[in-house]
Amino acid sequence: MTVVDPRPAGERPTAATLTLARRVINSARLDDAALRGFLHGLPGVDEVGAKARAAGLATRSIKTSSKALALDLAISMVDLTTLEGADTEGKVRALCAKALQPEHANTDCPRVAAVCVYNDLVPVALHALRGSDVKVAAVATAFPSGRASRAVKLTDTAEAIRAGAHEIDMVIDRGAFLAGRYLQVFEEIAAVAEACRADGARAHLKVILETGELVTLDNVRRASFLAMLAGADFVKTSTGKVPVAATLPVTLVMLEAVRDWHRQTGIRIGVKPAGGIRSAKDALKYLVTVAETAGPEWLTPDRFRFGASTLLNDLLMQRRKLAMGHYAGPDYVTID
Amino acid sequence: MTHPAATSAPGRLALAERFLHYAPAPESRSIVDIRPAYGLFIDGAFVEGDGERFSTINPADEKVLAEVTSANAADVDRAVVAARRASERVWSATPGTERAKYLFRIARLIQERGRELAVLETLDNGKPIKESRDFDVPAAAAHFFYYAGWADKLEYAGYGPTVRPRGVVGQVIPWNFPLLMLAWKIAPALATGNTVVLKPAETTPLSALLFAEICQQADLPPGVVNILTGAGETGRLLVEHEGIDKVAFTGSTQVGKAIARAIAGTGTGLTLELGGKAANIVYDDAPIDETVEGIVNGIFFNQGHVCCAGSRLLVQESIAEEVVERLQRRLSTLRLGDPLDKNTDIGAINSQAQLDRIRELTAAGEAEGAQRWSATCELPERGYWFAPTVFTDVSQAHRIASEEVFGPVLSVLTFRTPDEAIAKANNTPYGLSAGIWTDKGSRILWTADRLRAGVVWANTFNQFDPSSPFGGYKESGYGREGGRHGLEPYLALATEVDAA
Amino acid sequence: MMAKSGSAANAPETRLEARKTYKLFIGGKFPRSESGRSYVISDRSGRFLANVAQGSRKDARDAVVAARAAFPNWSGATAYNRGQVLYRVAEVMEGRRAQFVDEVSALEGIGRKEAERAVGAAVDRWIWYAGWSDKIAQIVGGANPVAGPYFNLSVPEPTGVVAVLAPQDSALLGLVSVIAPVIVTGNSAIVIASEERPLPAITLSEALATSDVPSGVVNVLTGRTAEIAEHLATHEDVNGLDLTGAPGDLVTSLAAAAAGTLKRLWAPSPGAPTPDWLSVPGIGRMTAFLETKTVWHPKGQ
Repeated sequence: MTVVDPRPAGERPTAATLTLARRVINSARLDDAALRGFLHGLPGVDEVGAKARAAGLATRSIKTSSKALALDLAISMVDLTTLEGADTEGKVRALCAKALQPEHANTDCPRVAAVCVYNDLVPVALHALRGSDVKVAAVATAFPSGRASRAVKLTDTAEAIRAGAHEIDMVIDRGAFLAGRYLQVFEEIAAVAEACRADGARAHLKVILETGELVTLDNVRRASFLAMLAGADFVKTSTGKVPVAATLPVTLVMLEAVRDWHRQTGIRIGVKPAGGIRSAKDALKYLVTVAETAGPEWLTPDRFRFGASTLLNDLLMQRRKLAMGHYAGPDYVTID
Repeated sequence: MTHPAATSAPGRLALAERFLHYAPAPESRSIVDIRPAYGLFIDGAFVEGDGERFSTINPADEKVLAEVTSANAADVDRAVVAARRASERVWSATPGTERAKYLFRIARLIQERGRELAVLETLDNGKPIKESRDFDVPAAAAHFFYYAGWADKLEYAGYGPTVRPRGVVGQVIPWNFPLLMLAWKIAPALATGNTVVLKPAETTPLSALLFAEICQQADLPPGVVNILTGAGETGRLLVEHEGIDKVAFTGSTQVGKAIARAIAGTGTGLTLELGGKAANIVYDDAPIDETVEGIVNGIFFNQGHVCCAGSRLLVQESIAEEVVERLQRRLSTLRLGDPLDKNTDIGAINSQAQLDRIRELTAAGEAEGAQRWSATCELPERGYWFAPTVFTDVSQAHRIASEEVFGPVLSVLTFRTPDEAIAKANNTPYGLSAGIWTDKGSRILWTADRLRAGVVWANTFNQFDPSSPFGGYKESGYGREGGRHGLEPYLALATEVDAA
Repeated sequence: MMAKSGSAANAPETRLEARKTYKLFIGGKFPRSESGRSYVISDRSGRFLANVAQGSRKDARDAVVAARAAFPNWSGATAYNRGQVLYRVAEVMEGRRAQFVDEVSALEGIGRKEAERAVGAAVDRWIWYAGWSDKIAQIVGGANPVAGPYFNLSVPEPTGVVAVLAPQDSALLGLVSVIAPVIVTGNSAIVIASEERPLPAITLSEALATSDVPSGVVNVLTGRTAEIAEHLATHEDVNGLDLTGAPGDLVTSLAAAAAGTLKRLWAPSPGAPTPDWLSVPGIGRMTAFLETKTVWHPKGQ
């Protein structure tokens, strides 16, 4: 029997997404029960063990040439972010200028990967970054809470796409996830993924799990897989708007998830820890974790990003320190 | 500096791989001052011994670190006499509160000189600095801290209200955790009011000699701790000396049996912590990533030079292939090399003799038909090295499944049901430790109940704590070290006092 | 403050001391009483020593808030860590021996030698309790051999926030002897210092504040014991009450007030002699403020 999905095409997951999802979860039906069976059948995460592994990775000592390489790599992975109610065109233009030339009067320094703003400021960012390869990412789907109707979320996304955003950072409905309505979360992500490709657009979709609200590492693994099933290009930890943002153990579990997804499907999904990563030292711990968990294939801005604002200046100060041989001061990097 | 983001995709991967090949990050060895030659530590002072000199080398480059003295019968005699004198005149009359404060001082001194001890340990033993720095030394300090607290609370330990020290204790320790094993031996002995003559292993005497200096800094009364260096013969003289009231030995089962035979009928107390061939049981619902970490930690921690190492991996057959694949991938990220490099995961094998033993047993494994897989890593030219190795298709009949390798070599066996896992796990003369991996709590406890092993780790491995007793069943030895239980062997219990 | 023991022989005789202001210790800070009150403390011969803050009902309330806030991290710290912290208190106290000896000698009216003995014993008492941190569970907890396929384990846990009325006589040794057993197991404490001998309590607070003891784990109030105690005995967010230093006529009423929320209680028996603070304590002061939690878990394939 064929059931016709009555929803408009834009709200329906594409056939390719559905086919892949059915294959991965090994079920002809895609409903809450089938998704639950798959997600809860994933291997558990032992919290103590995962934290111990992350702490072990954090003891790696990155020195000299490796550090220089890592600092530039980290700079090139930054999604330079401003997501405040008080954002103005001037603020966004200043941020874009910093994105294009992070180190004052030094063109040798890599540019950041993207600038991340609310969708009404996408045109400002696009104009300021024109002619460069720095991407513009827009948060959408009633960021940060995600508490709005499907229609509002899709409109939100469509506006960002129409304005020309290269990347969409969406939030999942954590309430639905925690209540076990996995199909709802799946369909919402799939619909946004579809909107990202509407009218010939090819925007990348980052799915924010808001791991601080999912709390358990089992949930982090399950939500990562759910997002990947639904067509995410990236899984992202946090909005930066709840008390607990990115942590190394959470990022470790997400990296394990994308590694296993690749093993299963051949597709490489990106990971973006966001919020709370403020020092170059911390950023280096993340790069070590990426390299030793997912592998060097993930050490590129296409597959790993840092959602951050203050991190960039610490990376720049450490870069100066390496170049000059003495400690750098905050007066010698720009504040934007 | 080039701009990584501007590089083409294959170029980027090359950059990423360059990053992954971390630049050297060596810990400075200048923090520790090694003397060209060491005497023996007897009665609070370093003295010339009467015996031969021998050298201790750095197993990572085979260079001589120092000359040390092999204590002979006269030296052993002097040390035991000093310990007896200290026991009778000073230490047994020192109130528990004051003994406690000496031990707290020692704990603090170990913490203060922690980096120095870690570097010395790594030089002499070959273990990675991250392990000596983050595990051996802090755990040794913690052990003294823990037993310091017992020194004035022995009446609460559950061994009766009138406990007394045994007297003079002879202790012989192995080379795998030189300082930590010293702490395991000396801390409870002193806390209970005994005095000590301790012999470190011949390949790793240096941290014990530095510890002798720490005893001096702590103003520990002379003769309470005596350190004699030397090889097996010195150890034999010590444990068989008639002035010894109690012997504590950690080492091979073979030597442990010889000691038990030698002191049979003398009334000397004995505790033995010997070999092991631990089963690490992985059920099909195990938390897979953490399980892989636990397997790695279980067998590759300290190059596998761990008596409680999880050297027999028992995996439920339905997930065996996946576990081995994940394990091999994980092992490929282990870094073998300079033990002083902060990023080294696998250091040097402690001695040529041990390397020979590992080679012999792995050759036997191949000859007997098991499948050998070794991580591809470049071994340094000088020094003693062995790449992390996994054998699959191993059966209980193979030597690598029954004999202790004491090296970075894992044997993988499979099972179908919990009962079969238990049967295979217990099918060994050893019984020191075991591991269980499953998300089901009930199964953990059911399995733990049936394992004939002194320490059972569930969803973790190689955890140690001063408050937790450690020791084996069967031929892994008897007596427990650590925790409240670790006091008992050093106490003359009330019944014995009455009988005397 | 009072003594000249520390002055060098050749220092000018005219050197005027900078006297210490004795304030409360709440949440790691040293505030004056919110009431603005203070009272005079004199030595045994009536010589002025200091004006001490006279804590109020609201100071007590603030102290409870601070103690409650400190409880999760302190009780959640490893026993090993708490032991290290208590030992550190002993180390830091040792460095202030002279000041403690001056205060104890002046307030208790005893000679220096006796005061030195009391101070030494107070340092050792921290060490004694430091050693208990990771052992008390091994003495009062353990596996229970229940008749069935169950794992069954009892472990002690701290009860929470404990209000302590420090002994009125022994200004330092008695004080340490009532604080250390409460906090070593993971409780946080509000201590009402000896009413007429409160100076060592504040000096101890200075040692605590510089010893790695997290803010709020120990809060010290000086003032009128009877006035403050009532508010702590009735406070619904206080879990335990130690009445060691309660004025004799108040023990019953405070214990009755504590019954309103069934606070865990340590109270002197009627007519009991003054404790000999120099003798080795038992474990009763620890177990009085411990709960026992028993965990059951099935064992099966």
